Amino acid sequence: MSDFSVIAATPRQKWIAGSLVVLYAVITILPLVWIVATGFKSPADAIAYPPKVVFEPTLEGYVNLFTTRSRATPETLETLGPPDSWYDRIVRQYGMVISGPSRYGERFLNSVIIGFGSTFLSVFLGTLAAYAFSRFKVPLKDDLLFFILSTRMMPPIAVAIPIFLMFRTLGLSDTHLGMILLYTAVNISLSVWLLKGFIDEIPREYEEAALIDGYTRFQAFRKVVLPQAATGIASTAIFCLIFAWNEYAFAVLLTSGTAQTAPPFIPTIIGVGKDWPAVAAGTTLFLIPVMVFTIMLRKHLLRGITFGAVRK
Amino acid sequence: MADVTLSNLSKSYGDTVALSDVSMTIPDGAFVVLLGPTGAGKTTTLRLVSGLEAPDTGRVAIGGMEATGLTPAQRNVTMVFQQYSLYPHMTVRDNLAFPLRSPILKTPEDEIARRVGAVAEVLRIAHKLDNKATQLSGGEMQRVSIGRALVREPSIHLMDEPLSSLDAKLRADLRIELKRIQAEMGATLLYVTHDQIEAMTMATHVGVLDHGRLVQFGPPREVYESPVSLYVATRLGLPRINALPAGLFPGAPGGAATIGLRPEHIAHGEGQPAEVVRVEHLGDQTRLHLRLAGHEIVTLTEAQTALGPGDTLSIAPRDPLFFDTAGARVG
Repeated sequence: MSDFSVIAATPRQKWIAGSLVVLYAVITILPLVWIVATGFKSPADAIAYPPKVVFEPTLEGYVNLFTTRSRATPETLETLGPPDSWYDRIVRQYGMVISGPSRYGERFLNSVIIGFGSTFLSVFLGTLAAYAFSRFKVPLKDDLLFFILSTRMMPPIAVAIPIFLMFRTLGLSDTHLGMILLYTAVNISLSVWLLKGFIDEIPREYEEAALIDGYTRFQAFRKVVLPQAATGIASTAIFCLIFAWNEYAFAVLLTSGTAQTAPPFIPTIIGVGKDWPAVAAGTTLFLIPVMVFTIMLRKHLLRGITFGAVRK
Repeated sequence: MADVTLSNLSKSYGDTVALSDVSMTIPDGAFVVLLGPTGAGKTTTLRLVSGLEAPDTGRVAIGGMEATGLTPAQRNVTMVFQQYSLYPHMTVRDNLAFPLRSPILKTPEDEIARRVGAVAEVLRIAHKLDNKATQLSGGEMQRVSIGRALVREPSIHLMDEPLSSLDAKLRADLRIELKRIQAEMGATLLYVTHDQIEAMTMATHVGVLDHGRLVQFGPPREVYESPVSLYVATRLGLPRINALPAGLFPGAPGGAATIGLRPEHIAHGEGQPAEVVRVEHLGDQTRLHLRLAGHEIVTLTEAQTALGPGDTLSIAPRDPLFFDTAGARVG
């Protein structure tokens, strides 16, 4: 192996590359670690200065996240007798009683419905549109593609007021359907453009072979194009889900009661009690679905990033 | 199997004329080979017959039935593409079974297994049946795509230079195999190639295309022995026909501008003296490169020739072909 091999890295190069990766990992992971840790701190530890790195973990934040509590007089507490569960015990320390569940579960479910619903719709419509743009002679194809892309040329929130008015007129305000449609509308340009790139890379010969083999165009699309576009579909789905899942501004503006998603809800947990652990707990749980989804599709995502970059 | 008739087919892509007024009848059970250089319209002809593309004008009839408006599936044709187009997400077995599982054929699984097994045997890919299509070598891939055609019994097999990516040995074997399939199973084939050995050995009919026009159509011997033009004459024959000024030898008919001499149509030891420039010993025969009045001429002689560069050999035409200035045959 020569000193100037382009394939094998020297130990020094490996060391530098390794350190850079570690440094980058620390920078990105540190805030996440902090959030996860804060979720297990007591409110006092959470705001302690200097910050506590070593602390006694407690589930207080999670209990507070999922419950609403009210202050009880010592006399009332007397009459209630000893706490009958571990979470009761946590709450009683502060002279409180659990008065009911919080709305976090509901908001979380809304996020799941709206996030995955709009992701499915964006990818479904995007795949069909991308296929048509890739394969057929669509009149004004370039103009249409530019038009679709142009919806991304400003921050979506710039059109908040017209959308707000439209939603009010159409009765879509604070509905799951309204939010799914809105996020789909924002994501569809990304979805069409990304998927068109992937489908362009799939040679037409495959479909032609399938047409000759006795299949209709739609069957050829389903049996031959879709399996080969799986990589592109997976990476597009991840991008769409991350946007819809994390979207905050429209959610604040357009939802309040029934269809409110978790992002606008989580900050309201803080209430008057400066309950940072509960906020951190809510955020931690909120991170999990996207993480699981991304890890599930990770294999595709890795291929997706390099796909299309390599000309055969 | 059925006879296929092309009537006055024309097709243009933008300003490029790919096919212009082509008519031919492919009889049932025939092996028709289309010859022509790149861009002559060979592949376009296949695509129009297959239904992957619609002609601008003209009609295609398969088995006496008008096929112009039908989809490829309805026409019941197979096609082997020049670039192997195996479905990369499937195994070899599934690739071969794919046409049999189509909604049109809906073959029972035991019948599929039998036919796939038989075709895999013929093409010698039986040991690769459970491999992913992407794990094959180029030659294996092309055999699988030929196999995907052979599992069916279509009206016509369309093949676009199917053997061009294979090595010489396999190509020779598959030539015989394809010919056997046509002869024994009565299959009809329309076959595109620019390999003249394939054309001469397999074809029952040869069609020569030039810039989208069908210039000659007939049995390979007829096309070889009496080409209608210099262009057709250069399409068949290896080494190529020698095209020389007609005046180089005496006896040219009036109007002839070019004399076409196939290498084997040159008599040695009489006529004009030519200089031997190069000698190529091929084992079974020897090619002589001669120079006569500044023109290169290639001819054949026996394997054990004693001639060497610098020697002189007298040559005279035997059964020459004459062409006018436009390249049309005059005698």
